[in-house]
Amino acid sequence: MSAAATAGGLRGRLREFLLRPEASVIVVAVVLVIYFQFANVNFLTNANLQTLSQFIATPVIIACGEIMLLICREIDLSVGQVFALAPFVMERAHDWGLPVPLAMAVALAVSGGVGFVIGLITLRLRVPSFITTLGMLFLITGLTLTISRGFPADTPGGKLLTNLMGNWGYAEICWAFAVVALMHIVLRHTRWGLHTIATGGNAIAAAEAGIDIDRIRMGNFILTSTLGGFAGLLEAFRIGSTDPLAGGSNIMFLGVASGVIGGTAIAGGAGTIIGGLVGGIVLGVLQDGFTLQGINAFTFDIIIGAAILLAMVANIHLARLRGGAR
Amino acid sequence: MSTEALRAERIVKTFGHVTALAGVSMHVARGEMLGILGDNGAGKSTLMKILTGFHQPSSGQVFVNGAPVTLASVDRARALGIECVYQDLALINGLSIYHNLFLNRELLRPGPFRLLDHRAMRERARAALADIGVNIPSVDLEVGQLSGGQRQAIAVARAVASDARILLLDEPLAAMGAREAGLIIDLIERLKSRGDIAIVMIAHNYAQTLEICDRVMLMQHGEVTYESRAAETSAAELLEIVRREYRAARAG
Ligand SMILES: Nc1ncnc2c1ncn2[C@@H]1O[C@H](COP(=O)(O)OP(=O)(O)OP(=O)(O)O)[C@@H](O)[C@H]1O
Ligand SMILES: [Mg+2]
Repeated sequence: MSAAATAGGLRGRLREFLLRPEASVIVVAVVLVIYFQFANVNFLTNANLQTLSQFIATPVIIACGEIMLLICREIDLSVGQVFALAPFVMERAHDWGLPVPLAMAVALAVSGGVGFVIGLITLRLRVPSFITTLGMLFLITGLTLTISRGFPADTPGGKLLTNLMGNWGYAEICWAFAVVALMHIVLRHTRWGLHTIATGGNAIAAAEAGIDIDRIRMGNFILTSTLGGFAGLLEAFRIGSTDPLAGGSNIMFLGVASGVIGGTAIAGGAGTIIGGLVGGIVLGVLQDGFTLQGINAFTFDIIIGAAILLAMVANIHLARLRGGAR
Repeated sequence: MSTEALRAERIVKTFGHVTALAGVSMHVARGEMLGILGDNGAGKSTLMKILTGFHQPSSGQVFVNGAPVTLASVDRARALGIECVYQDLALINGLSIYHNLFLNRELLRPGPFRLLDHRAMRERARAALADIGVNIPSVDLEVGQLSGGQRQAIAVARAVASDARILLLDEPLAAMGAREAGLIIDLIERLKSRGDIAIVMIAHNYAQTLEICDRVMLMQHGEVTYESRAAETSAAELLEIVRREYRAARAG
């Protein structure tokens, strides 16, 4: 093989990489990390990397569910409320005498149950999921406040379990990576992922091909709520207690934004989990970086908002360019 | 004649207060090709979608190989060997050609995880398209980037590659250039000559349909208004019937 051919192969690979929807975000993430490292000596330190990883983990886990839903043209606005509900369910189940792992399972089952109810209302009664989950958002906030009577709850569990589930500095991000890896495989390498893309891309065609599109949608509602509950449990183990108003719409929007920044189409039919991970990293780096810079809290939100807008606009236009380049 | 593959009796289908099918009966035998002609909105596609299990009939009965069946789902009809090229082609634009060719019958790698076997699907897709002779640069292309005729070829290839016993084609030549249409007609005739496949084709070109089909059926306003062996009628006669029915419907 000649050197020229190898170089062409490399260039070809590079080109192929840059044409992937995740590529531009990866570049942005790297640039941001370099910028904050130069602007602030404390950026790439163990202590800050722990903080950063905790900023990132929750939105990324939530993004994994929202990306699947966005791909099949649905959305879940209430996942941030399930995030807060799950730890309280776990705490109550433990109070009733269940061992902690079993109490966690109950919490995850209840979280998944919320997704099931969302699916039933959306698919059976033909209510857009935007509306269903908007209602659910308020309903679950009320439910959590009722269960908790408005007081925070201490997270049960022994030392090992607590460390494993989030108290060790990098535990949460490890779980996030595991969820990302799993969901990436599900999206790219299983029938479920392919049928999710088909359902969002052209629901009638998918049904004509014999795909049970309601089953796909239902499954992804349940998946998203369960992941939301799981993220809530991790956070509860990390902090040691849960506030009934934890999570909320803020983390839901961060999850959706991560997905969209990462190249998931809000109109459905396309998306990437890896992009969602990188999108989450970009948001986390921005938040953490500006916090280290000591920027005033009010300006902070303006900068984050502008950055999210910029990233989304850039990505939508890059996607268009990619379409034209082929 | 030969053995009956598919029969539908007195199929009625209503959508709300629209009666798409008002008691349609049809049958097709193994090795036979039935052509369905008729006006826009006559109910041809609706009949097809009942035969694929996509729609459920309001009343009436379908028989496969002489036995009464309930086509409760597309999967059920497929299990009985019924495949269809839908008028809208049922393709997913954002997915690659090979993913579309294997949509909902994906090849899986051996092992407990049931992962997709992308490589095997690519290779089989390449072979299937080469077999038909359609010009497609790469099976990795997204279907949305193809021309109308190419998309149609993909849809036909999908139905044919699936080893159908009963093949339903809803206007399979509509968007095709002369060369591609020729290829697809060749393909259909090759399938026909195998003698074990029953084919139903909806079309709007009377002369072409009479040429490739053994029998034709005329559908108008949800009913079958005429039926004949292809050799015993002509495009002119069929057009005359259409006009007469139209005048009668307008007068009545
Ligand atoms: N899903 C549906 N909901 C409501 N009405 C429908 C539906 N599908 C078909 N129809 C109606 O049924 C009638 C028959 O439609 P169909 O698509 O079967 O006609 P066609 O003979 O295939 O026409 P064309 O030649 O234009 O394809 C039309 O009046 C159409 O509006
Ligand atoms: Mg039609």
